[in-house]
Amino acid sequence: MASPSVLFPPSTARPPEDQAAEPPYFGDLNLDQVVAALLAGRKPYRLQPFFYTPLHEAAAVRYRQAVARDLENDTLREQIHTFTTQMRQVNRYLRMLADLDYHYHIAGWFLEAVLRYIEAVRALAEALAAADLHAEALLALRTYLADYVRSQAFLALSEEAQAVRAELAAIRYCIHIMGDTVRVRRCQDEPDHAAEVERTFAKFRRGAVKDYRTPVYVRSGMNHVEAQILDCVVKLYPEPFAHLDAFRERHPEFLDPVVAAFDREVQFYLAYLEFIAPLREAGLPFCYPQIIADKAIMARETFDLALAHKLVAADRPVVTNDFALQGNERIFVVTGPNQGGKTTFARTVGQLHYLAALGLPVPGREAHLLLPDRIFTHFERVEEVANLRGKLEDELLRLRETFEQATPQSLVILNEVFASTTFQDALFLGRQVMEKLLALDAVGVFVTFLAELAALGPQVVSMVSTVKPENPAERTYKIVRRRADGLAYALALAEKHRLTHDQLLARVRP
Amino acid sequence: MNVFLLYPDRDAEIDAPLPWQAEALEQDLGLPQVYEAMARGDKFLHGVARQVLLHSLEDVGLIRYRQAVLQDCLAHPDVVREIYHIPIEAQEKKREQWLGIFSRSPQGILSSAVDLLAMFVGLLRRLKAIADAQQGAFASEGFRRFFAMLQAELDEAYFEEVETHLRTLKFRQGVLLSAELGPGNEGSHYTLRKPRRTPRPILKQIFDRTPSCGFTIPPRDTYGSKALGDIKDRGLNEVANAVAQAADHIDGFLKLLQAELAFYVGSLNLAERIAELGMPWAFPTPTPANTRRFTASGLYDLGLALAKGAGVVGNDVQADGKDLVVITGANQGGKTTFLRSVGLAQLMMQAGMFVPARALEANLARGVFTHFKREEDAAMESGKFDEELGRMDAIADHLRAHSLVLFNESFAATNEREGSEIARQIVDALLESRVKVFFVTHFYAFAHSYAARQAADALFLRAERLPDGRRTFKIKPGEPLPTSFGVDLYRQIFAD
Repeated sequence: MASPSVLFPPSTARPPEDQAAEPPYFGDLNLDQVVAALLAGRKPYRLQPFFYTPLHEAAAVRYRQAVARDLENDTLREQIHTFTTQMRQVNRYLRMLADLDYHYHIAGWFLEAVLRYIEAVRALAEALAAADLHAEALLALRTYLADYVRSQAFLALSEEAQAVRAELAAIRYCIHIMGDTVRVRRCQDEPDHAAEVERTFAKFRRGAVKDYRTPVYVRSGMNHVEAQILDCVVKLYPEPFAHLDAFRERHPEFLDPVVAAFDREVQFYLAYLEFIAPLREAGLPFCYPQIIADKAIMARETFDLALAHKLVAADRPVVTNDFALQGNERIFVVTGPNQGGKTTFARTVGQLHYLAALGLPVPGREAHLLLPDRIFTHFERVEEVANLRGKLEDELLRLRETFEQATPQSLVILNEVFASTTFQDALFLGRQVMEKLLALDAVGVFVTFLAELAALGPQVVSMVSTVKPENPAERTYKIVRRRADGLAYALALAEKHRLTHDQLLARVRP
Repeated sequence: MNVFLLYPDRDAEIDAPLPWQAEALEQDLGLPQVYEAMARGDKFLHGVARQVLLHSLEDVGLIRYRQAVLQDCLAHPDVVREIYHIPIEAQEKKREQWLGIFSRSPQGILSSAVDLLAMFVGLLRRLKAIADAQQGAFASEGFRRFFAMLQAELDEAYFEEVETHLRTLKFRQGVLLSAELGPGNEGSHYTLRKPRRTPRPILKQIFDRTPSCGFTIPPRDTYGSKALGDIKDRGLNEVANAVAQAADHIDGFLKLLQAELAFYVGSLNLAERIAELGMPWAFPTPTPANTRRFTASGLYDLGLALAKGAGVVGNDVQADGKDLVVITGANQGGKTTFLRSVGLAQLMMQAGMFVPARALEANLARGVFTHFKREEDAAMESGKFDEELGRMDAIADHLRAHSLVLFNESFAATNEREGSEIARQIVDALLESRVKVFFVTHFYAFAHSYAARQAADALFLRAERLPDGRRTFKIKPGEPLPTSFGVDLYRQIFAD
C-alpha cells in the first residue's frame, strides 16, 4: 500500500528533495524573510525543499489547499501540534540512549520514549477520527492510523509499557546525607520541612518575590553517586526493575514509518498557519486563491506578508490593497510619491503567486491567481563595486536574459530598474521594456517614476501610491487607480488629530 | 502583614509607572521644586514624593484617610521619623555586614537567608516595642490599625517559633531527603524532610528498624562529593527558596513601610519649609468629582515661592458651580502663576496633602491635564500648530468626564481667527463632555465668545492692571478686554 503523504497526491511523482534550492527572486520578494521565519525552530524537519518547490499543476495545489483547509480547524491543529511535540521528545529520547552509561538509566529512557510514542499516536488517531475531514490526504491517513492503533502489536506495546511505568512511579525512598555518608531506605511519613517554614512566614507574604529555586535541568546523564543511589533503590525494590528489563527485550523497535513521515510533512502547514495566526488575529484576511487558466488575476485586501509580519509584531497597522486585471489587461504600472508603498505592492503581487503555488492560503479577502511557469524579478540593487560593467549595462543584460526565458505564462516584476540613468534614457528604455512585456503577453508589475509608461495602451493599468489629502506629509500606503486632492490647512489638521468638535465629543469617556 | 498608611486597604505601588501626563504636569506646574522641598536632598524621598503627587486619588474618603495620617505625623514628628529610621537601618546593616543573598546554590542561599532573617527579626522586635509604647497617642485610623497589627502578629510566641526554625536549618543532624523515580529512573522530587523528634541520636533512630543500603564517598573522590552536593542542593531547593523568600518578604515589608512613611516624612519637611517662608498651608475640603467647587483664599504658587525662597502673592477665587474659567489680561500679570497654583493645589489635595492656601474647597478631578504653550518649539514654526494639536490629541485619549484641563495660551501657533475657532471647538466639546476647563488666553475673539453667551457655568478672571499701568499680579473677576497689554510691557522695558 502506498504511504499517504500530506504534501503530494498519490498520482504524482515526488520531486527529488536534494535538488531544491532557494529561488533567485526570494530576496527581491522578501520571501527569504518569510521562509526563514517559517523554518525557525523546525530545523530537524528539513522543510526547505518543500518551501523552495512551487507546484505547477492546479490539481496538486488543490490537494494541498484541502489539507490546509482541514488544518484551519483550531482543535485539530492543536491536537496535531501536540502530536508533533511528543514525537520530537520520542526522537530526542531515542537519540540519547547511545550516550548513557547505566543500565537502568538507559532502560528508563527507552520506556519513556515508548510511552510518549503511544500517547502521541493514540491521540492523533483519535483526533483524526473525530475531525471533520475533507482532504483526500488526511482521510487516507485516518484510515491507516485507525488500523494501526487496533493492531495486536501496538496494543501489547501500550499495555506493557504502562504497567511497568506505574510500578516504578510508585516507589518512594529516603536519602540521609551526613557528611560523605549516604544511606537509602524506605520513607516513614516525615513532614515536608519547606512547607513548615513557609507557614511560619506566611504573614509577611506580599505579592511576587524572586524565585530562588535553582533550575533543575532534565539531564541526559547520571553520575556515579546517583547510580549508586539507584542501585540501592533496586535492592530495596527489585521487582519493578526486573519487569522493565523484560519489557525492553520484547520491544526493540517500535516506530511506524508512516507516522514518522506525517510528523515531518505536516510541519509545512503548521509552520505557515502558525506564522499567519498573529496576522489573522490582527484582523488581516487570508484566503485560498482560485487558480485561473486565463490572466484575469485579482486580489482584494491583500498585503505584503513579510512587511505585515513585522508591523503586526510592532503593533502597527497594516494597509491592504486591491488589484485586478480584466480582459486583455496585463501590466500594472505603479507610480506616485516615494515611500508610499509602491515596492511593497510589487512584492505583494509576486508573493501571492508564489504562496499560491505552494498550495497555501494567501494574504487577502479573495484572490484569483495563475500558476506561473517562472517568476522573474528585477529590483534596483545596491551597486557592487567589483562589477566593472556599468550598472545600466548590467541591468540590461539581466533584462535580456529574462526576456529570453520568459513565456506568456511567466510573472515579471520590475522595480525602478532605470532609476539611476538620465530621465531621457530612462524614458526611452522604459518604453522599450514595456513594448517587450506587452508583446510577451505575460502578467507583470512595473514600478517606475515615469508616469508616461502608465498610458501606453489598454493592456496597462495605472496604479498610484497616495498621500493623505489633508496632510501631504503623510502616506496612506494605499495604491489606487487615481489621485485625490487637498484640503484647507488648520481645520484639516484638527481633523487629522480628531479634535474637531464632533470628533472630540465622541472621544471623551464618560 | 500590611502597612496600609497610604491606602486603608492596599499597598502603595511605589514602582508603578508614572501616569501618562506626568512629564507635562511636572514641567508646567513647577512640581520639581515641591519634590525637592519634600526630599531635602534624599533621592528616595524625592522618588516617593513624585509617585504620590502624580498618582491622584479620586475618592474623598481616601483623601480624608491620608489627611488624618498626616495630621498624626504633624503632631508626632519625632516618633514618625524614628519608625522611618528602622527600614533605613535594615538597608544599612545589609550593606555594612554583607548580608544578602548572593549565592546561586541552594545551600549557599539557605545559609545567607538564615543570617539575613536573624537580622530582620531584631528590627521587627524594635518596631513592635514602638507600637506598644505609642499605640494610645495616635488618632488616625491608619496608624491605629498599623500599631494594632504589629501587636497582634508579632507576639513573643511568634518570635520564638521563628528562632527555632533558624536553629534547625543549620542541619547539625544531617540532611534527610525523600525522592521518587522520574523519567529515565532519575531521582526526582527531592524534598527536605523534618526528622521525627527523638531523645536518642537521630541517626540510630532512623536507621535501626528499617532495611537500608548505603555507601560512603571516598575522601579523594571530589567529583563524587560534588555530585552528592548537587543532590543535597536539589533537596534544599524548596526550603532555601522558602527561607529566602521569607527574608525577601520581610525586606519588602520594611521597604514598603519606608516608602509609605516617606510620603509623610516628605510632607513634614515641606510643612517645615513653608513655615520658614512665612506662608500659610491648609488641609483642603475635597468634594466629589461630579460636583463643581473651587473656592480658595490666599491660593499661591508654591513652586514659585520655593524657587524664590520668599513669600509670593496669593489670590482669592470663588468659582463654585463653574465648568469653565477663562483668564485673560495683562501679559506678565500673573496669569500663568495663577494657573499653576490651581493645578498644583489640585494635585496636592488629591495626594492627601495640605495645600498652599489659607483655605481651599474644590471638587476632585478625574485626571489633571495641562496644555501649555511651549516656548522651545518656536524654531520649527511650520510644524508648531501641528505639534500643539498633537499634544491635545494625546490628552484627548486620556480624558474622562470630570477631568480637569488647564490650558495656557494654547492653539496660538496660528493666526487668531483659526486659533480661536479650533480652541472654541475643543472647549465646547470638553464642556459638553463634563470636563472642567481653566483657559488662559490672549485670544479676545475666543474669550469673548464665551462671555457673550452669558453662561452661568463660566467665570471670567483678569490679571489686574492698575490705572497707572502697574501690575499687582492679582487675578480678579472681570470679562475679557479687547486689547492686550503688550504695549505696556514694551514701555516698561524700553522706558528710557
